[in-house]
Amino acid sequence: MNGAALALAAPASLLLGALLSLACGRRSGAAAWVALVAASFAAVAGITSAMAVLSSGATWSLTSAWSLPWATFSVGMDGLSAYFLAFILALAVPAAAYGKGYLAHEGGSVWTSASWAFFQLLVASMAVVVLARDGVLFLMAWEGMSVASFFLVIHDHRRREVRSDALVYLVATHLGAAALMAMFGLWGRGAGSLAFAALQGAPLSRTVAWVLFLLALAGFGSKAGLAPFHVWLPKAHPAAPSHVSALMSGVMIKMGIYGLMRFILLAGVPPAGWGYALLGMGALSAVGGVLYALAQHDLKRLLAYHSVENVGIITMGLGAGLLARTAGMETVALAALCGALLHVLNHGLFKSLLFYSGGAAAQAAGTRDMERLGGLLRRMPVTGAAFLAGAAAICALPPFNGFVSEWLIYSGLFGGALRGAGTVSAVLFVTLPVLALVGGLALACFAKASGVVFLGEPRSEEAARCKEVSPWMTVPMAATALACAFVGLAAPWAVRLVAPAARALAGLSGAAAWGSPVGTGALSAVVIAGWMLVILMGVLLGLRRLLLRGKAVSEAPTWGCGYAAPTARMQYTASSFAQPLLAPLARLMRPSLRKKRPKGIFPERASFSSHYDDPADGRIFDPSVRLLERLAGALRPLQQGRLQVYLLYVLLTLVALLAWEVLT
Amino acid sequence: MTAPWWTALAVLPSLLLSPLLLGVIGKTKALVAGRKGAPLLQPYLDLIRLLGKGAVYSRTSTWVFRAAPAVSLAAILLAGFMLPAGPLSPPLAFPGDLVLFAYLLALSRFAVIAGAMDTGSAFEGMGASREAAFSAFAEPAFFLVLGVLAWEEKSLSLGVILGGADVLSWSAQIPPLALAAAALFLILLAENSRIPVDDPATHLELTMIHEVMVLDHSGPDLAFILYGSALKLWLFSAVLVSMLMPAGGPPWASMALFLGGMAGVAVLVGLVESVMARLRLVRVPQLLGLAAVLAGLAALLLMAGGAP
Repeated sequence: MNGAALALAAPASLLLGALLSLACGRRSGAAAWVALVAASFAAVAGITSAMAVLSSGATWSLTSAWSLPWATFSVGMDGLSAYFLAFILALAVPAAAYGKGYLAHEGGSVWTSASWAFFQLLVASMAVVVLARDGVLFLMAWEGMSVASFFLVIHDHRRREVRSDALVYLVATHLGAAALMAMFGLWGRGAGSLAFAALQGAPLSRTVAWVLFLLALAGFGSKAGLAPFHVWLPKAHPAAPSHVSALMSGVMIKMGIYGLMRFILLAGVPPAGWGYALLGMGALSAVGGVLYALAQHDLKRLLAYHSVENVGIITMGLGAGLLARTAGMETVALAALCGALLHVLNHGLFKSLLFYSGGAAAQAAGTRDMERLGGLLRRMPVTGAAFLAGAAAICALPPFNGFVSEWLIYSGLFGGALRGAGTVSAVLFVTLPVLALVGGLALACFAKASGVVFLGEPRSEEAARCKEVSPWMTVPMAATALACAFVGLAAPWAVRLVAPAARALAGLSGAAAWGSPVGTGALSAVVIAGWMLVILMGVLLGLRRLLLRGKAVSEAPTWGCGYAAPTARMQYTASSFAQPLLAPLARLMRPSLRKKRPKGIFPERASFSSHYDDPADGRIFDPSVRLLERLAGALRPLQQGRLQVYLLYVLLTLVALLAWEVLT
Repeated sequence: MTAPWWTALAVLPSLLLSPLLLGVIGKTKALVAGRKGAPLLQPYLDLIRLLGKGAVYSRTSTWVFRAAPAVSLAAILLAGFMLPAGPLSPPLAFPGDLVLFAYLLALSRFAVIAGAMDTGSAFEGMGASREAAFSAFAEPAFFLVLGVLAWEEKSLSLGVILGGADVLSWSAQIPPLALAAAALFLILLAENSRIPVDDPATHLELTMIHEVMVLDHSGPDLAFILYGSALKLWLFSAVLVSMLMPAGGPPWASMALFLGGMAGVAVLVGLVESVMARLRLVRVPQLLGLAAVLAGLAALLLMAGGAP
């Protein structure tokens, strides 16, 4: 009971904070303070209750009657909910602090205060989503999350493209919600109730189970940004203010992952087909996401595509874990599932870090176009260092956190390929080079992003004039960067947080042994290797300093191979950096290139630009929206605009209802 | 993991002998071309000379450029802790260390690329871009090779995979083994910037990959970079030699076989460099695709043949 009160205090305090923020009116600074205090309070309360569940293993649930039809007010906490609750609330605090600095230049306005209210509403509804134990409550929280985030995305509503991107988001998120309503409706009809406890016990025929799974995949997958449901993601995340981008990209899309995992826990023993489907969809998202990320020139859009990639990696881990579970390989399943779950937290951390630092750079320079940035590390040392740390973490480079979770997923894939038999083994084996390719491409992409934006010389006046941002923004960056290193260097502790949820997903009850090939021993070996790496780096840097002591150390211009008048425009650009990677794939990705070749003996102007359209946009989303428009157009004749006709509709409806009442 | 301290001696051959590999390659090329060539120990002399020098830094560069060589070398050094040297088993071994091995090499690459981008030079950006691209294409092939080896030995630890192969079980698997070895050799050439992917001896910056990335490094930094490249070549050669080498026998014979094999790989690389021209850059992804296909074929053969 105590735990329930603490856990519910988190969303309650945030909702109260939202009202207070609204009441602040034009004093947006006060509204931001309210949000920060409410988020911190919620974090303390929520994380305390989550840790109690995670450490003791004692789950709780709480049900009370509700005035809504077919619904009970039912909440509860198990390992999965506890982990996600702690994750959401822990990342909301730095986002609030960063947002306070990020929005400071806007001055006071009612709209900014409202944005803070929606921020808290978003966090509160995410907390309710993971606590809900009833379909109606779940869907209400889900909808609150979508609406709140829509208003956050449309913050810069004076810009046309922001409005259109936000609209795409609103449509996409509701298409997903429709799939979820259909899923709960179909499921609840069989179970006789929408309470999760009833759904869990409901016997499902093979076909119904598959239909439910596909609906869940569409509904939760579109929230998570899995390809091909990701169209909204690269539009909405860049359009939002950066603290919101961080919260959406780092945290909110994981609600889709949570939904998939909750679905699997409720739907009983998953058939192998679900594992294959998740693995395939994850691989598609991972490869597609990183390829389109490489092709971007817009820094925040690049980061958004990487969310597609990382959600794909998480889904691959989930799929591999389920496959291993159906094949009876418990330890392998545990490794892959722990990896998937830990990657949720890790991606939340480093993606927040990247959006904080990338967003700060874009705000300082006034542009997100990488071809106009450059040399920002000198001008914004903390922001630049934070971005580099985030880049290393997202590329899964040791000793940062990304490596630990990807290592666990790799261990699951390798272990399953080695110990499994037949198709399972072969499929997991084939997944290995796919994940490796994604890793290589991600490294290339972040070498490009950090190199072009933060290193070298500034490519425009604006970039040259950049100044470091306020401590409100740099402190959250430093904190998340440290958290990335901490999770990497204290991995066994972090894995303990995800172990209960991973055990439940692997179908294990009670304490299961973590045997080879991925024992806890191997995990601590990874950590020891991480520390060895840190020490080796320190030793070599010290050796370098020792060697240079007393020697002539001077500065000179960059060696231009004899050319004496280099300019910043001669640097390699983001497009040229990605060219060797994308050129072999031109047939697949169909770039639109605009070239103006130099002509004549004294050529005047020449230019080149490349643009990559997302096929999910042009070939799936646009046609389906057009189809929807056509179908809606068919209803057009009903809309006459004449009052008499509408009165007739009312009358006809009444008559029809009466007839229904009489006849049945 | 809980290995006694003296197993750390297993890294000594790589630390001491890796520059010699470059010397052997150079000597081979010189002999084939009918020249006398530089002495075998020339790479050591270069390193010693560089370590004693001061350094010149670009005005554009930041701490990233200064830290990159040390970070890169640290990653490669640690990767070396996971490989056996003949009869000596590696000091760092645990299930799943092969993934750490691959990602440590990735870390070293990331550091060098970041250092190159930090100079703001068009040439170094070009090299960085090519290095990032070709390594990304090499990554799937490398993991396929690792997968084949892990499958064969039913282990996820490089020390076991490479050290424990007994010749009888291998002899039953000669075709997949040969295919995997061929794939690994192609990856070795690409990852270590050898002909036909990159030419370390070229003098035209526009055509370089790895060398052009380190144009601005000087003094101890350059020494770190050069020593790191030598070590990396040693690591890839050691994987290749160890996977082909039968285990067992007296330690001295095993050690001799290992070192002989390493020299053999160096001579082979030298011969390839003597008889081939480098490929056009657009052909390189195809070469790496070939490596992936070879490794994939090896995997297919293994799986079709069933687990031994």
